Amino acid sequence: MIAYLGRRLIQSLLILLGVSLITFALLYLLPADPVRQIAGRSATPQTVENIRQQLGLDQPFIVQYWRYLTKLISGDLGRSYIQRSEVTELIVSRLPASLLLMVGAILCELLIGLSMGLIAAVKRGTAIDQTLMVASFVGVSAPQFVVGLLLLYVFAVRLSWFPIGGYGTWRHLVLPSLTMGILGAGWYARMMRSSMIDVLRQDYVRTARAKGLARGTIIFRHALPNAILPVIAMIGIDIGIFMGGIVVVESVFGWPGIGQLAWQAIQRVDIPIIMGVTLVSAFAIVLGNLLADIIAPFIDPRIKLR
Amino acid sequence: MKKFLASTVAASALALMLGMASARAEDTIDPNAKQGGEIIATYKDDVTTLDPAIGYDWQNWSMIKSLFDGLMDYEPGTTKLKPDLAESYEISPDGKTFTFKLRHGVKFHNGREMTADDVKYSLDRVTNPKTQSPGAGFFGSIKGYDDVAAGKADSLAGVTVVDPYTVKFELSRPDATFLHVMAINFSHVVPKEEVEKYGADFGKHPVGTGAFKLAEWTLGQRIVFVRNPDYWHKGLPHLDKITFEVGQEPIVALLRLQKGEIDLPLDGIPPAKFQEVMSDPEQKARVVEGGQLHTGYITMNTTMAPFDNVKVRQAVNMAINKARIIQIINGRAVPANQPLPPSMPAYDKAFTGYPYDVAKAKALLAEAGHPDGFDTQLFAMNTDPNPRIAQAIQQDLAAIGIKASIQALAQANVIAAGGDKAGAPMIWSGGMGWIADFPDPSNFYGPILGCAGAVPGGWNWSWYCNKDLDAKAAEADSIVDPAKSDERYKMWSDIYAKIMADAPWAPVFNEQRFTMKSARMGGADNLYVDPVHVPINYDNVYVKDVQ
Repeated sequence: MIAYLGRRLIQSLLILLGVSLITFALLYLLPADPVRQIAGRSATPQTVENIRQQLGLDQPFIVQYWRYLTKLISGDLGRSYIQRSEVTELIVSRLPASLLLMVGAILCELLIGLSMGLIAAVKRGTAIDQTLMVASFVGVSAPQFVVGLLLLYVFAVRLSWFPIGGYGTWRHLVLPSLTMGILGAGWYARMMRSSMIDVLRQDYVRTARAKGLARGTIIFRHALPNAILPVIAMIGIDIGIFMGGIVVVESVFGWPGIGQLAWQAIQRVDIPIIMGVTLVSAFAIVLGNLLADIIAPFIDPRIKLR
Repeated sequence: MKKFLASTVAASALALMLGMASARAEDTIDPNAKQGGEIIATYKDDVTTLDPAIGYDWQNWSMIKSLFDGLMDYEPGTTKLKPDLAESYEISPDGKTFTFKLRHGVKFHNGREMTADDVKYSLDRVTNPKTQSPGAGFFGSIKGYDDVAAGKADSLAGVTVVDPYTVKFELSRPDATFLHVMAINFSHVVPKEEVEKYGADFGKHPVGTGAFKLAEWTLGQRIVFVRNPDYWHKGLPHLDKITFEVGQEPIVALLRLQKGEIDLPLDGIPPAKFQEVMSDPEQKARVVEGGQLHTGYITMNTTMAPFDNVKVRQAVNMAINKARIIQIINGRAVPANQPLPPSMPAYDKAFTGYPYDVAKAKALLAEAGHPDGFDTQLFAMNTDPNPRIAQAIQQDLAAIGIKASIQALAQANVIAAGGDKAGAPMIWSGGMGWIADFPDPSNFYGPILGCAGAVPGGWNWSWYCNKDLDAKAAEADSIVDPAKSDERYKMWSDIYAKIMADAPWAPVFNEQRFTMKSARMGGADNLYVDPVHVPINYDNVYVKDVQ
């Protein structure tokens, strides 16, 4: 177990290093000059050169990357080119909002997805099953931008149940979580359905049924705990999808998370922020996968860590 | 003391003579204005910085103007210069020395009085390369600028503190735009002790002399301005508090405005909703329309064949159907026939430019040796509506045989292509079009049409360099005497007419600004489409529902 953990940690670090190198190289190769963005349109060539020198952007790629890495090790993500603030400060101030949204989204997708999957599995082959599976398909394929605006229009503007975007109370959290959750719910409904169908075919379920136990008891006490665990273990892997989703959803709802930060930084070629957010997201994804792998054997003893 | 008195008298005399500088700022207060109240304004993007030496986007521009003051400003809602932190000023006959007398008793938000030392410090700071100010180049006419810019000196030799309330500027050449330069944000006065206290984070902890002070800045969420009770301009500002909520999509902001939750959606009316808003009389009544100091244009690279032939460039000018392009943006612009926008001094109303004439355009193209047209590339920014406008231009060009393929790229990439001599044959400037830094005709020349801008990484994307016009521009800008401004404007009109004869650009339209506001907002319409405090003059607007 310890050896496994050690190996996985080293792997994770290598992945992060690779992500940093690739992102840095891509941004370096971008045919846009960040110095021109900083200097603005009225800058004289001298101002532009001064800024280039001060930021060390006149150095060769390897020097620039090495400089970035050495600072990174001491936890310094640099200073934003456009906002001129510490990237760490910008990310730290926005991370709680993104984490909250992520928790809300996970709750939504589990609640919706698992119950849909459960019902579909129990009512397998019926019209209910088919309707739910079509719904899950729509959920998976609907663009989040559209879902977000639709929910906003119906529940905030028309019905006034929730505020029109913003951040602060649990009421603000509902619609963006739902928007993010609908996508995942589709996947979970499908996974839950097949997992539940598998379990319902097992001998011990048949035995329980033969003993004459009530249908509800069989489903909820005997089948569900076994069917649900493999599905829950997928949450760690979901984080990657969330990281993509928050960029869109946070923009629609004015949610002050790192997705918005990333989007603005990309538009302004604010390289230190793009690097910072990419690394934080990569870290989250690596961590999520690691946790998913570590808890897997506890959930399903057939899986062994090697 | 005697000299001091003399300069004041001379300045007042000059001011009276010229009908400027004598207008007391207090006169501009709206008698109907109510005191107090709070408003909420929204933006999509984060506010980047509130440091006047650094902030240079249309979002922080007006915010900085309400936190800080400069020696000069403009009459609210107009392009008319007036002294601000300066009480009066005097210009030497050779146009190379400007002496400003400061107001007494002006206090920074931290309570300390502002003096001439602060003015000098602020200019030394903005020109110091370490500050990385995008506006440093505006101060190029001040003596000693080159040494500071090159890092050889820490202080501008041409700026002298005569006494705590008098500051003198010596210029290396006469500069007719200098009073405007003293009004742009980059020259706004900052207190040394606060800058040193916060260092690179001063932009997040701004302290100025302005009408409002910063009360709260929650990153990614909101910025709150509260009234500065010690503001030197008695009776201003009217509002007690302004909350800028950031991260709000324009479409969401509009929905919130319609529900009465906010007062100013500052990213404007989303294009998809424009018709809907304008066809509803109740909503339309709350939309204010005004001119901007903006021109949208197509650049043609005059160093690249076939655009090195003036006939080809003229043909393009005649091929563009501007009325149709304006329809694409819901009629939110007026057609342009010259580089300057109509609200800019020196705009030539009599100038007719090139007519829309496809037959003549084809004839010109044939004369240039391209009877069957040619293939080329048109670069444009990839955000709506620019790709659609580029398509309209593409169709117009196809009608005279020019087959242009569209390169729709991110803003930074288009800028990079334009700054590369062999980069882009044609660029549609939308989303990057020139908006003047100050209302003076010279500001549309140097960087975008003069030789100085035709350098790698420059903004003269036509690579048009006419040495004669450069000389004429320098001559016009050496006419500093405000009494001769008409003569100077005439020279500038001629310069732009000559540019249009060479046709490095096809001017397309001048965007109009449409600001939407809640029903409770009060104040003259021009305060909501202020050409200088773009777009809102926060110091002068008020709410009607305060008790």
